[in-house]
Amino acid sequence: MGTESDYNFDAKRSIETDFVKVAESGPFKKLIQERKRFIFPLTIFFLLFYFLLPILTSYTTILRTPAIGDISWAWIYAFAQFIMTWVLCTVYVKKSASFDRQSKQLMDDMLEKEREAK
Amino acid sequence: MNATVITLFLIIVLTTLVITYFAAKRTQTTGDFYTAGGGLTGWQNGLAIAGDYLSAASFLGIAGAIALYGFDGFFYSIGFLIAYLVVMFLVAEPLRNLGKYTLADMINARFEAKKVRGVAAFSTITIVIFYMIAQLVGAGALIQLLFGIDYWIAVLIVGVMMTIYVLFGGMTATSWVQIIKAVLLMIGTVIIAFLVFARFDFNILQMFSEVKNVTSHGADYLNPGLRYTFPLDTLSLMLALVLGTAGLPHILMRFFTVKDAKTARTSVVTATWIVGIFYVLTIFLGFGAAAFVGESNILAANPAGNMAAPLLAEVLGGDLLMSFVSAVAFATILAVVAGLVLSGASAFAHDIYGQIIKKGKATDQQQMLAARYASVGVSVFSILLALFAQTLNVAFLVSLAFCVAASANLPVILYTIYWKRFNTTGAVTGMLFGLLSALILVAISPNVISPTEGAAIFVGEPLFPLTNPAIISVPLGFLGGYLGTILSKEADFAKYAEVRVRANTGYRGK
Repeated sequence: MGTESDYNFDAKRSIETDFVKVAESGPFKKLIQERKRFIFPLTIFFLLFYFLLPILTSYTTILRTPAIGDISWAWIYAFAQFIMTWVLCTVYVKKSASFDRQSKQLMDDMLEKEREAK
Repeated sequence: MNATVITLFLIIVLTTLVITYFAAKRTQTTGDFYTAGGGLTGWQNGLAIAGDYLSAASFLGIAGAIALYGFDGFFYSIGFLIAYLVVMFLVAEPLRNLGKYTLADMINARFEAKKVRGVAAFSTITIVIFYMIAQLVGAGALIQLLFGIDYWIAVLIVGVMMTIYVLFGGMTATSWVQIIKAVLLMIGTVIIAFLVFARFDFNILQMFSEVKNVTSHGADYLNPGLRYTFPLDTLSLMLALVLGTAGLPHILMRFFTVKDAKTARTSVVTATWIVGIFYVLTIFLGFGAAAFVGESNILAANPAGNMAAPLLAEVLGGDLLMSFVSAVAFATILAVVAGLVLSGASAFAHDIYGQIIKKGKATDQQQMLAARYASVGVSVFSILLALFAQTLNVAFLVSLAFCVAASANLPVILYTIYWKRFNTTGAVTGMLFGLLSALILVAISPNVISPTEGAAIFVGEPLFPLTNPAIISVPLGFLGGYLGTILSKEADFAKYAEVRVRANTGYRGK
């Protein structure tokens, strides 16, 4: 899988942008790799952090202990999820700006090469 | 009904009609109709997404749930908020880059197959109908309470208004009604929260200490466990909430109203901040209602607690604030149902008529006409269903809509973007497995069959114990997509290369 021979080109598509060539190119693979390495660990993290709350409240009573005054740890945990959402949102936007630059650069280069080839 | 309520009510109706008038002038093509020409800014779309989300269910429902059940009422808020991270991290940008008007467009960017489009449209319509019935029945009951008019008149008013917005103003009118309502709702919520906080001397600790003593639950009120006592059911609900948003057609459709992935991203950020702040404020609303309206008064007005926020407004700010909050609740209902009509109509007119029957060869004029007929059709059908469903307990339909979205749509969306081997068969089986398992499991759940007379549609022992089937149906959706794919030989890696490049770069290509 993944080698050139696997791709069944039809005549119509081959005169259009060669997406396969772009997809197989070094810079694009690097972009995808970096994106994955950024997105997937964080996604797994926030989903685990999220489900841990109902798991803890359903199966244990540890979040019932008071944290500050009458505010129990359950509330603190819930607020932490809000903070996490806002922080991850901001982090995502920051990181995406760099992906934007990379993908723009990449597409500009590709289109330039294509134009030269014609 | 007093003069203030009627005045505010009329102001809202008039304002939205003026918006619709101007939007109608700008709605010339199908692109304008479905996506406001893709011309919304990140801020505007963010407000509109927040608006879609802050439905009457979350404004009145969550405030009431917190007032009655304390911490457990807050679970919905958490699920709804984290759901935005799923949207942001996994779905928003590829969706914007690949799609045009509908969810089916996005999946069909990879598979040019009628059956995939057909199933996707079917799933969209199912979700829209469920969500719509819940909203309309809730709206009818609510307007009956707030303004003292008959249920059927209330449903008709809402139904006619939503049809007018969509029919004439399309997505432009729907978005602006949504934006204005989101702003009004935030203003109302901030005012009430501020007044509540003032009564607790602006002291969070004092607020928690005082509400501990005002309800019949005592200290338990501040802890989880009052409402959700069946762990698997709680987890299942939380799963549906967090994954459902990223599969809800009327939310997904909003991402086509902006020009590119970057703007889609800004919209999610704006929406996340607004919705997050709103949900924090729901604590003040809930606690305030528990302390100053009182459990028995809330329950007497409406057993589900939906009147908690309006009653609290009355206690804090008298008639004027109560009227304002009621009018905002009315605007909220209008905006959300309009968005639903639009996404339902797009599935019928764009996917089924335009792409499947006319094979994408319909002229723009034909498509516009189809879109308008479909909007009227969806509206009339929903109004009729809502009129018949008055006496049924349909509140569970909202979480069911989330469950179907999470089980049928999300697995296929993720596979389409991220799985190279995925194919047409997998797309069809994934959606059908998720959709059918969710529907069947709910049909035999305690929502539909309950031993208590009047609690559900049928009396008897439920065959499936959970009220929300997501914990079974979401994995089945993923499994269906996986099995369908590996059991069929078909694979088009060239097409995936294209999807991948386009999803990641936004390049539309030639």
